[in-house]
Amino acid sequence: MDQLINYTLFLADNALIMGHRNSEWCGHGPILEQDIAISNIALDLIGQARNFYQYAATLIGNNATEDSLAYLRDVKEYKNCLLVEQPNADWAQTVLKQFFFSTFQYYLYQQLQNNNDEQLKAIAAKALKEVTYHVRWSSEWVIRLGDGTEESKKRIVKAVDELWMFTGELFEPASYELNTNIDFIFLKENWNKRIRSIFAEATIDVPAETSWHQSGGKIGNHSEHLGFILAEMQFLQRAYPNSEW
Amino acid sequence: MNLEENFQQKVDDEIKIEPKDWMPEKYRQTLIRQISQHAHSEIVGMLPEGNWITRAPSLRRKAILIAKVQDEAGHGLYLYSAAETLGISRDEMYDQLHTGKAKYSSIFNYPTLTWADIGAIGWLVDGAAILNQIPLCRTSFGPYARAMVRVCKEESFHQRQGFELLLTLSQGTEAQKKMCQDAINRWWWPSLMMFGPNDDASPHTAQSMKWKIKRFTNDELRQKFIDMIAEQVKVLNMTLPDDELKWNEERKHYDFGKINWEEFWQVVGGNGPCNKQRLDARKNAWADGEWVREAATAYAEKKLAKQTTNAA
Ligand SMILES: [Fe+2]
Ligand SMILES: [Fe+2]
Repeated sequence: MDQLINYTLFLADNALIMGHRNSEWCGHGPILEQDIAISNIALDLIGQARNFYQYAATLIGNNATEDSLAYLRDVKEYKNCLLVEQPNADWAQTVLKQFFFSTFQYYLYQQLQNNNDEQLKAIAAKALKEVTYHVRWSSEWVIRLGDGTEESKKRIVKAVDELWMFTGELFEPASYELNTNIDFIFLKENWNKRIRSIFAEATIDVPAETSWHQSGGKIGNHSEHLGFILAEMQFLQRAYPNSEW
Repeated sequence: MNLEENFQQKVDDEIKIEPKDWMPEKYRQTLIRQISQHAHSEIVGMLPEGNWITRAPSLRRKAILIAKVQDEAGHGLYLYSAAETLGISRDEMYDQLHTGKAKYSSIFNYPTLTWADIGAIGWLVDGAAILNQIPLCRTSFGPYARAMVRVCKEESFHQRQGFELLLTLSQGTEAQKKMCQDAINRWWWPSLMMFGPNDDASPHTAQSMKWKIKRFTNDELRQKFIDMIAEQVKVLNMTLPDDELKWNEERKHYDFGKINWEEFWQVVGGNGPCNKQRLDARKNAWADGEWVREAATAYAEKKLAKQTTNAA
């Protein structure tokens, strides 16, 4: 039971923190249409997070709710991978982070169709349509920036440099991922294949697979960024406890 | 009938003016000014509320707020497109905003200090916007009228959500009630100013009414708004910050106190509490996005060139 709860929270935390980061763009995007697109992705991800949290809350019982799980857990209890909590920085880093994460989510949600848990299967199946679009949108931007101007190329290459070290963690199973019927080798191979093909089109190099990776997010050992995200996100719930909003 | 008489006849007969139709140059200019100002207001209006997206107190509220701010971006988009049919580009309009030549609604130059402000904006600011905008669904210029039909549907949704947010606070803890009343106190007078100066200080009204760009005067709409809100505030168990607010049986309207027009003109003139931050935020987003737009253009050109070579 604990494994299932932790796994569900892992799925929820990833979607929430990624969605939260995307929502920071709202009103500040480089193109009005893209401001709308990235807010849309934020909405999709927060919607997915809510489905997972609601399910986790029923498993936990004890009056847990989607909001108690999102707003009253501290850094060490969050299980999202390090990738999603990284700052947006510029548009290049934002779209690349989205591309790495959405591609991972895409194959993961596909794999979840083999899971024994009907609820997780159903949430993932529904989300897969959204994620398919996120992969397409972010791939197109990676290609556009890689094969756009000298400046955009410089920025996307720098983004690869910044983010690549956080991708290895995606494929290192935490203990709660071991009984999920996820084929991590399949996951990693497919992810790599997609990254390679889009990077080729974007005319950018894929870093060596053997390069050093950061990890720890899945078991609560986060980067310093998550503390600030939670401080901001949880402010009202912490300052005015036991209130209805 | 000459062109101008023919045009006025169409307006009088409630036939929509379309972009390719002949129109007086002043009509075109008035519309460009009004529609672009309206579009800018939608875009700048994303900022005070966007401010609270990362701090929304529940996942449901967070989703509602993102969707709302995103709707406003969509409104901006429809309106920029409507203005473009009059022969001005979106980039030109942005430039007018950034240089201060074009205005946007002054209400967005006030700060959002607490979560209750998000409710107050939905209820009062979107509420005032709706009253301004419903008549615009019948405005004489076709693309503007059609854009407004889509906008109005969403705005009434925003107002209900804002009211529901405040209702939750008004039934909550003492701290939440206080937060609710405080937000109403701060947003009430600025929202009355959203209808623009009094009719005797609004020189363009007569011409705009004749062209059916406008259908009600500023004071008529303001009164309608006050009558509506004065009733709704009772449901919240809150008050409006006006000692002179009182039902007038003879007029069948609420009487209300004096609006501080000095403050209004100061904010219009750039001296509101957040004028500089709002404009800076828009200018920065535009400047920081320049390399992204250039990359998108360069890529599209390369792709087109490739297709042309392949076809040859
Ligand atoms: Fe709007
Ligand atoms: Fe609105």
